[in-house]
Amino acid sequence: MKRSGEGARAVRPGAALLGLPLLLGGCEALKLGVVNHAGPVAADQWHLFLQLALVLIFVAGPVFILVPLFAWHYRLSNRDDAYRPNWGFSWPLELLIWIPPAAIVIGLGVLLWNATHRLDPYRPLASNQPPLEVQVVALDWKWLFIYPKEGIATVNRLAIPVGRPVHLSLTSGTVMQSLLIPQLAGQIYAMAGMRTHLHLAASRAGVFRGQNTQFNGKGFQNQKFDVVALPPADYRRWLGQVRAVRRPLDDKTLAAITARSIAPQPALFSSVPPGLFEHLMIASTQGQAH
Amino acid sequence: MSAPLLPALLGRFRWDALPFVRAWENPNANELIAAGAGALVVAGALFMVVLITRLGRWRWLWTEWLTSLDHKKIGIMYIVIALVMLARALIEANLMRLQQAVAIGNPGLVAPEHFAELFSTHGSIMIFFMAMPFLTGLINYLVPLQIGARDVAYPLLNAIGLWLTAAGAGLMMAPLVIGRFSTGGWSGYPPFTEIGFNPGVGPDYWIWAITLGSIASTLAGINIAVTIYKMRCPGMTLMRMPLFAWTSLCTAILMIFAMPPLTVATALLALDRYLDFHFFTNALGGNMMHYANLFWMFGHPEVYIVILPAFGIYSEVVSTFSSKELYGYNSLVIATMAIAVLSFTVWLHHFFTMGQSPSLNAVFGIATMAIGVPTGVKIYNWIWTMFRGEVRFTTPMCYALAFMMTFVLGGLTGIILAFPPLDYIVHNTLFLVAHFHNMLISGTLYGLLAAYTFWFPKAFGFRLDERWGKISCACWVIGFYLAFMPLYVLGAAGMARRTPAVMETAYRPWLYAAEVGALVLFCGFVALLVQLWVSLRNRAATRVFAGDPWDGRALEWSIAAPPPEYNFARLPQVDQRHWFFDAKRKGAPYAPPARYEDIQMPKNSAVAPIIGIASTAAGFALVWHMWWLAILGVLAVVATVITRSFARDTHRLIPASAVERMERTWLDAVARARPIPREMETTPANAGLAEVHP
Amino acid sequence: MTAGETKHPGLNLGSTDAQAHEAAGSALFGFWAFLMSDAVIFALLFATYGVMLPATAGGPTPASEYKIGPTFLETLVLLTSSLTYGLASIAMKHGAAQASIQTWLGLTLALGLLFLGLELHDFAGMIAHGATPMRSGFLSAFFALVPLHGLHVLAGSLWIVVMMAQLRIIGLDARVKINLLRLGLFWHFLDIIWIAIFSTVYLPGLIP
Repeated sequence: MKRSGEGARAVRPGAALLGLPLLLGGCEALKLGVVNHAGPVAADQWHLFLQLALVLIFVAGPVFILVPLFAWHYRLSNRDDAYRPNWGFSWPLELLIWIPPAAIVIGLGVLLWNATHRLDPYRPLASNQPPLEVQVVALDWKWLFIYPKEGIATVNRLAIPVGRPVHLSLTSGTVMQSLLIPQLAGQIYAMAGMRTHLHLAASRAGVFRGQNTQFNGKGFQNQKFDVVALPPADYRRWLGQVRAVRRPLDDKTLAAITARSIAPQPALFSSVPPGLFEHLMIASTQGQAH
Repeated sequence: MSAPLLPALLGRFRWDALPFVRAWENPNANELIAAGAGALVVAGALFMVVLITRLGRWRWLWTEWLTSLDHKKIGIMYIVIALVMLARALIEANLMRLQQAVAIGNPGLVAPEHFAELFSTHGSIMIFFMAMPFLTGLINYLVPLQIGARDVAYPLLNAIGLWLTAAGAGLMMAPLVIGRFSTGGWSGYPPFTEIGFNPGVGPDYWIWAITLGSIASTLAGINIAVTIYKMRCPGMTLMRMPLFAWTSLCTAILMIFAMPPLTVATALLALDRYLDFHFFTNALGGNMMHYANLFWMFGHPEVYIVILPAFGIYSEVVSTFSSKELYGYNSLVIATMAIAVLSFTVWLHHFFTMGQSPSLNAVFGIATMAIGVPTGVKIYNWIWTMFRGEVRFTTPMCYALAFMMTFVLGGLTGIILAFPPLDYIVHNTLFLVAHFHNMLISGTLYGLLAAYTFWFPKAFGFRLDERWGKISCACWVIGFYLAFMPLYVLGAAGMARRTPAVMETAYRPWLYAAEVGALVLFCGFVALLVQLWVSLRNRAATRVFAGDPWDGRALEWSIAAPPPEYNFARLPQVDQRHWFFDAKRKGAPYAPPARYEDIQMPKNSAVAPIIGIASTAAGFALVWHMWWLAILGVLAVVATVITRSFARDTHRLIPASAVERMERTWLDAVARARPIPREMETTPANAGLAEVHP
Repeated sequence: MTAGETKHPGLNLGSTDAQAHEAAGSALFGFWAFLMSDAVIFALLFATYGVMLPATAGGPTPASEYKIGPTFLETLVLLTSSLTYGLASIAMKHGAAQASIQTWLGLTLALGLLFLGLELHDFAGMIAHGATPMRSGFLSAFFALVPLHGLHVLAGSLWIVVMMAQLRIIGLDARVKINLLRLGLFWHFLDIIWIAIFSTVYLPGLIP
């Protein structure tokens, strides 16, 4: 994957092979996804996918072999085959058709049951550190991240320390949205008046893309944010920087960011009123009468 | 321009509801595209009116088609609606692909909300006004013929269903010319579609178009189910029915039970929007999660409503073009029933990400995978049907083969999506879009096109051009892979669905490939039109009046092509599953009855067109808040139904002499026709009589 | 009972009118399918009501709005109307004089309208003290479920009027008979729905 990614940069316009740039560019695209996982949750999901893909090869294999084989071998012009127009049933074959698929589904069912519980987004990650609490409010068309213990907030930028679990509590100040950070974890809906949860962690430093995936109007394509995973020391320094901006999230600023608009760039707020998340969660069910 | 004109009369209509006015005031690419689409609709309608007038065909259109209660004509009209709507939704698909290919790091051609209208109409049309009418049309046409009946159980109700579908389709077309469509997607999730976030007419167009389509499908379901239960010919037990009749029955049952949740969902949303109720609002105890439940209680069975008939089609096609009995008829029937039942138990997998407990998610995930078992069984049934057969690679068979390979791929990605932890990653991304197009294009669309090619000679009496059919098939197959395999990759790379513009240049090559694929798919549609044109021109050479061009098995092949209005001069008496196929081998498949009898058929009726027009008016009026017209429309429907209930003179007799004349013409043609071996079935020599070897 | 006599569930015409009995087979079967579809709609509205029951949003609650007296009276009225309709059906089956069928139908209609009047009076009372459907999710669900049943009763009443007119104008032909059978199914179906409403909406709402 890595090698072809480097190759992509080397591809010049007008490359002779049409397929090659596609292939190489494609790997570049995949780097934005779960393939290039950067945390334990996404890594586990990717490994689950690989396990499943292995099983699925055996599910699809026979069909991919038998369909072209039979269609070609039993073509009308081939007179070397025994034609049996009235043959339409066989018990051994019937058992072969029903039992293996059922057995595979039962096997996959066990895998699914375990994986679903293991990767439940509500389940705290095992760690010797307490999770970093971040409260997330989905707005039109931006994300508000509140760090209640640290007393700061950001718009469209989620900074987290590498290695420490993060617990996101989500709600929406507007319509339903869905938060997805493909390289770190799966998604969960954010809904007005309700609180959902997502646990994740970053295992290496880097900038990862987060977004809303549930269409919510004309600013939808701009509702992206950066997840900045920082080494713990850098994270502490970042906290200090945010506090130093001396820009509180007061009522006026709050009114501006809850309005329907696109945030051109991330914003940092050095302090937030206590209970802001709970306030917004309730306000979203009252403020707008509809 | 902002004040409504004559509020009492025209509701909330304003001049800037017309795309032409908007394009005049603000001539950018976005508005010009909208105005162009509107102009196309108006010009198309005008062209049709002028054409029919010039040809002097209005009376013919009214008496032969629009007021007809003949199930075959109703079936054909359903399919015409489906093809027109397919053209529109396909153009929209191309525009969306073009937009995404262009809008990398820039806004592209169309504004985000216009793009949202495109994906909302594309989805709503393809499901409700392409797939549904197409398969309802096929079922309408074929089921009575296959079970040996002269008509459906409720001919008038059948016509009303058609006209309500047409009314819904009309409401889908209207926003191209007046107003805007919903931006809420085909599933219309609130609270985004609530009045607080979407005060315009768009969601109302969606609500009423879908509601009309939903009611029409419920009526169609009742009609089909009763027809199959009560109108089978003597000896046609359930287990002797062709598989297409079986899948139609299951589809009908699904329609009866799965359309009501949709009706409830749209009705409650309408109450929210019109009367300020609080079902799905954020405020005052509304709960949008309940909408998701209601919608998908319909939405998942719907998937099987549109796919089961295709399974029936493939069964007929594979068996016919392998000249072999269908393998495992009983297990196919059982698998069909199992799928129909299981389809009601998996709706929650559409929202694994709503925060319910992992056990609940896991149960629904396992139920979802369980559907894969009977579906897999079906694929193997078709594979073993080819085994020891004599396979011919005709156009329908090519569709069937492409389906088997492609559908399995979709099944694999379906299992991936059934795993909640994996769904968390790709939910709401293009991976999901690729998955359901993978299922619906190969499952439903290929099936419908296979059926179109397979039964066209039965319905119109001449065969479709084989070469253009294959070209079209190749386009649909290659186009599908080019257009949707890249979307799997993009989805895995985290590209959200419904994105009007992207910022990631890494997506570019895949979006380009998908755009090329969309163009190829469009070429597939153009090839279909060319095929129709070429076939029409050559129809003298490809007539199959004798009625059995493919050495068919079921009863529809035992009569003339096109069939007479009464279908069967004498109701067939069958004693086994392949009665006609066997009778051909035994030597007397076309024995005339000892004595011809008068046949009673329903008279034409203007009731259905009146109800259709009145409900279009009512729906349109509700969208625009023209209350007087809405009330008038509803009253017109009620009054029409009551008036009709007093009518007694609703049938006419086709005298025995007329029946005899028509039957003799056909039997003479059969006697004159040269039996054709399978090697020559696509040549002009094929006049519709199959050479059989006992 | 032979197979012919049990062509469909409901009042069979086999012994008195063989021809209509034959035609009733598929006519009534389809109507049953329609009722099942309608039953799904009601089932979903009951489910919606159950989901929305706690969503009173600080407004009126079941306990503050429901009154056992009037609803019990409504129940009695509607159940009695089912009895009178049943008597109309029996009169039709056994070829009684048209006047007696008309009388029973008229009585059914009167009871149906009385039910509607009582129900509307209830609604008016609720709305008068602020329990409007716009007030909360709970009241929205209530006002979708119960008045939809009322709307069905209204449609049924209109249908009775139409059938009384057809009886007078056309007489008792096979189609009128079949439509009376269908109307019967519809009317009794409304009873069943009402019993469900009474026992799952009103009764639990009254238990604090």
